[in-house]
Amino acid sequence: MEVKELQGILEAIIYVAEDPIRPEQFKEIIPDESFDNIELALKNLVEEFNSRPGGMIIREVAGGFRMTTRPEHHEFVRAYLKSRPNAKLSMAALETLAVVAYKQPVTLAEILAIRGKKSTSAVQTLLEKKLVSILGRKQVVGRPILYGTSKEFLIHFGLKDLSDLPTLEEFAQMAGDQL
Amino acid sequence: MESDEIPAGESAEPESSGITIKLDAFEGPLDLLLHLIKKDEIDIWDIPIARITAQYLEYLQLMNDLNINVAGDWLFMAATLIHIKSRMLLPPDPSSTTQEEPEEDPRKELVYQLLEHQKFKNAAQMLYTREEVENAVWHNPPQDVVEDAKGVVTVTLFDLVKAFHEIVQRFDAQRSMEMMQEEVSIEEKIEELRSLLLVHDRLLFSSFFQQARSRRHLIVTFLALLELVRMREVWLYQKKAFEEIYISKSKSLGETF
Repeated sequence: MEVKELQGILEAIIYVAEDPIRPEQFKEIIPDESFDNIELALKNLVEEFNSRPGGMIIREVAGGFRMTTRPEHHEFVRAYLKSRPNAKLSMAALETLAVVAYKQPVTLAEILAIRGKKSTSAVQTLLEKKLVSILGRKQVVGRPILYGTSKEFLIHFGLKDLSDLPTLEEFAQMAGDQL
Repeated sequence: MESDEIPAGESAEPESSGITIKLDAFEGPLDLLLHLIKKDEIDIWDIPIARITAQYLEYLQLMNDLNINVAGDWLFMAATLIHIKSRMLLPPDPSSTTQEEPEEDPRKELVYQLLEHQKFKNAAQMLYTREEVENAVWHNPPQDVVEDAKGVVTVTLFDLVKAFHEIVQRFDAQRSMEMMQEEVSIEEKIEELRSLLLVHDRLLFSSFFQQARSRRHLIVTFLALLELVRMREVWLYQKKAFEEIYISKSKSLGETF
């Protein structure tokens, strides 16, 4: 198959997919194509699609590809859909989530040590929103629960994967400058 | 910083109406300390511990006056501050060789904790920004705004029975003459509802009963609907509690044919 043709197929699939779709999933759908070809077509597609000044872009989220509206058009899209912005996370929840994201797998006691504050209810909220999941138990006395971030976390914050997060050192530098 | 609007170190009477404390501004004791440090542009590596401790305790008192429940974390930090303060007042241990090995600064651990905390506050800020961006894009299907997905209340059995009761009452009031007995089975009604939902995406609960001509017919229709709900072929929902009930096919309906 021509790369161009393959590109079109991938574009159509990304358009209808409900969740971000991973390259391996394309391979399952088009088993006759080599994985290399699929990846090449994907790369070309994303480049071409996103370079045109259209209202849509293809973004890489949670290890997969997803077609979304351009963020800069949000006002008008929202006006059309008449939807209110989503209920956002509180600062307490975001801070707790930041600790979990960078320190995972992490226990409640370790979160407490960093935040200087009990974070049980924040963790509860994050579990309910499925941004955080239970990874297991730490093999120490009391066998405390270990928490980590979920795939939902990547989707919620538009991250390719965990390495897409800025490094903690960058924030340390910032903290040093602020204080 | 988000906490600039809080009057710091001002003497405050709890009775005065001008005082408002934004509770989430000071999430915890570390946030308060960071605020106090930034407010006075204090060098984090040389915190005037006596002054900070006094200001911290003042805040604690203020929170107490305002009936804000002060959790144990706050008291623990107060104790830590006082402990550091007392250690700094102590003369150096004469038994140790002071010149070569200066004692560790008692503030050091707290400073590292503050820096660590600030680091994660920055990380939280980054997540906040990312969330803003993610809230500004939609994808197909726009799951945030699908009418049937959000702002929809699943109907309770009580709602159903109440709605059915109203229909029966209306039927009784409208009835002008007795109709001939007609035999309709639940199975027939189920088939009827299935075929209706092939054409319509959703039906009004009350409209579904309109062609019924007898009490028995009403009841059979109701039972057929309950059966379909039980088999998860349809789901019932309303936009708001106590509003009109809608019948809609579930996703799996297609597969049952």
